[in-house]
Amino acid sequence: MSRGVISPAEWASPRVRRPLRVLQGVLLAALLVVGLGPMLWLAKAAVTPTQDTLRSPLAIFPHGIDLANLATAWTRVNIDKYFLNTVVMAAGSWLVQLVVATTAGYALAVLRPRYGKLVSGVVLATLFVPSIVLLVPLYLTVVRASMVNTFWAVWLPAGANAFNVVIVQRFFANLPREVFEAARVDGAGPFRVFWSVVLPMSRPIIGVVSVFAVVASWKDFLWPLLVLPDPAVQPLSVRLPALQRYVELDVFLAALAISSVIPIALFLVFQRLFLRGGALEGAVKG
Amino acid sequence: MAVKILPRPVRTTAVRARAPRRRRGPRTWLRGGGLSTLVFLSPLLVVFGFFSWGPIIQSVVMSVQETNLVTAATFVGLDNFAAVFADPLLWTAVRNTLWFALLALLLGYPVPLVAAVLISEVRGRRGLFAALAYLPVVVPPVVAVLLWKFFFDAGPHGVFNTILGAVGLGPAQWLQDADSAMPSLVLEATWAAAGGTMIIYLAALAAVPPELYEAAEIDGASVWRKVWHVTLPNLRNVLLVTFILQIIGTAQVFLEPFLFTGGGPAHATTTVLLLIYDYAFADSLGGDYGRATALSLLLAAVLAVFSAVYFRVTRSWSTS
Repeated sequence: MSRGVISPAEWASPRVRRPLRVLQGVLLAALLVVGLGPMLWLAKAAVTPTQDTLRSPLAIFPHGIDLANLATAWTRVNIDKYFLNTVVMAAGSWLVQLVVATTAGYALAVLRPRYGKLVSGVVLATLFVPSIVLLVPLYLTVVRASMVNTFWAVWLPAGANAFNVVIVQRFFANLPREVFEAARVDGAGPFRVFWSVVLPMSRPIIGVVSVFAVVASWKDFLWPLLVLPDPAVQPLSVRLPALQRYVELDVFLAALAISSVIPIALFLVFQRLFLRGGALEGAVKG
Repeated sequence: MAVKILPRPVRTTAVRARAPRRRRGPRTWLRGGGLSTLVFLSPLLVVFGFFSWGPIIQSVVMSVQETNLVTAATFVGLDNFAAVFADPLLWTAVRNTLWFALLALLLGYPVPLVAAVLISEVRGRRGLFAALAYLPVVVPPVVAVLLWKFFFDAGPHGVFNTILGAVGLGPAQWLQDADSAMPSLVLEATWAAAGGTMIIYLAALAAVPPELYEAAEIDGASVWRKVWHVTLPNLRNVLLVTFILQIIGTAQVFLEPFLFTGGGPAHATTTVLLLIYDYAFADSLGGDYGRATALSLLLAAVLAVFSAVYFRVTRSWSTS
């Protein structure tokens, strides 16, 4: 295992170890309260009656548990419908991003046409354009294409993600070229090489792109707010602020909790992907 | 630009007729797999063409036009930019955005660094620390803001006021007061973002060569001196990048003021992005799209100039 600042000799000395242990203990306590605390509170409040949450927000179930909140939110407030909309929105964005990133990465890193450098350059350049510049013209593009209130308005723009293209292209460029050559000698065309050789070798990067695509789509707020004005097709993120105005507090908090379950579950299952991918993001942006 | 890259085989013939210096004909191009390469590139070209490159070019055009969804766009010169500068709210928004960025820097820049240095020395359960710190990043931002909005309740039974009350303070006004509204937003924004920066530092810390620490130890360096003279200098490039990324990010803050306060109280949290949104979308009849794009281009230009100057200045630091 690689070592950090502290040498094994220093670690053995109580003068170094004790204060460090104390500091790390304090940090762990702070992380538990600050990182986990709010979400635990939300989980508690989701099954607590409104009056308890209002009068003594920090007490733990002073008058029992009210599981009906979750059921009410799911059925009467139509969270089930918005949940489904969010799933459809995320699934489509995921598919479009994956298709664009893998096909483009294959063309640019493996097939390498002469104009490839130019295309990569123009894709990379979009990383330096703040997304706010695109907001209004992109909105008008979607309006003119009559895509408002359809999921295409979210799916297709999600595909124009330069970060995905860059990391997939880098990954494909590092795959051993001899394997492609061998497949070509055996008579595989470019489509066969892509489908049966490159994609199966690329599970790690496809995992990173997938996880980030789904979570980013689940988080998205402003864009779906603009292009999906009809509540029937809105995702949770857009619907929640509107619900706040007419739904009772306990049910509303239950709805918030339901909305966080999928991204947090994905994080717990794919922790390594998240932590590695997040660092990757920093490396590419840098 | 995108169109030029996309010649169908038929069109290449025409190009070749005009420019005979190209040796490769369409037939060799086709046989060499040129067409299938284009097929693989087409999703990228279509999606980026329509939804990225097109709108970027369009934003420049729209900034000098009056655009609405009914009639054709008309050229108005720099009127949109003049309208942006004539808005007295612009300077309020600029001041608020700078204030947000400064507070976010004071609070949000050192915290992930200190946490990452401490966590990288944890033996055994490092993953638990990192996961706890990263958890807020995966909470959907809308959920986080709506939850914190409840925490910020200004009544004596608000969550944060209950905690303050337990140590004999408060109740604080949080979002209700023009002075404390912005710091409250920064508190939530830092909570939501710090974990992301922290794992970037953790990755950079893992890449510091152990020989450097060993060399420092031979010279008799204490733990503190090793952090100061080995760890931090090795993180310098990452620190420089996260600094500018944070500035660029906070200059575009939208969600927090939009959902927490709607820009209030008394425009104390109206940021530049909120102003752009208001120009374009606050009026349901179709907004002032020209003025909105003019302001977004101005913001992008300021950020570009700032980044260029920043990298020019910091380059001389990193040659030491």
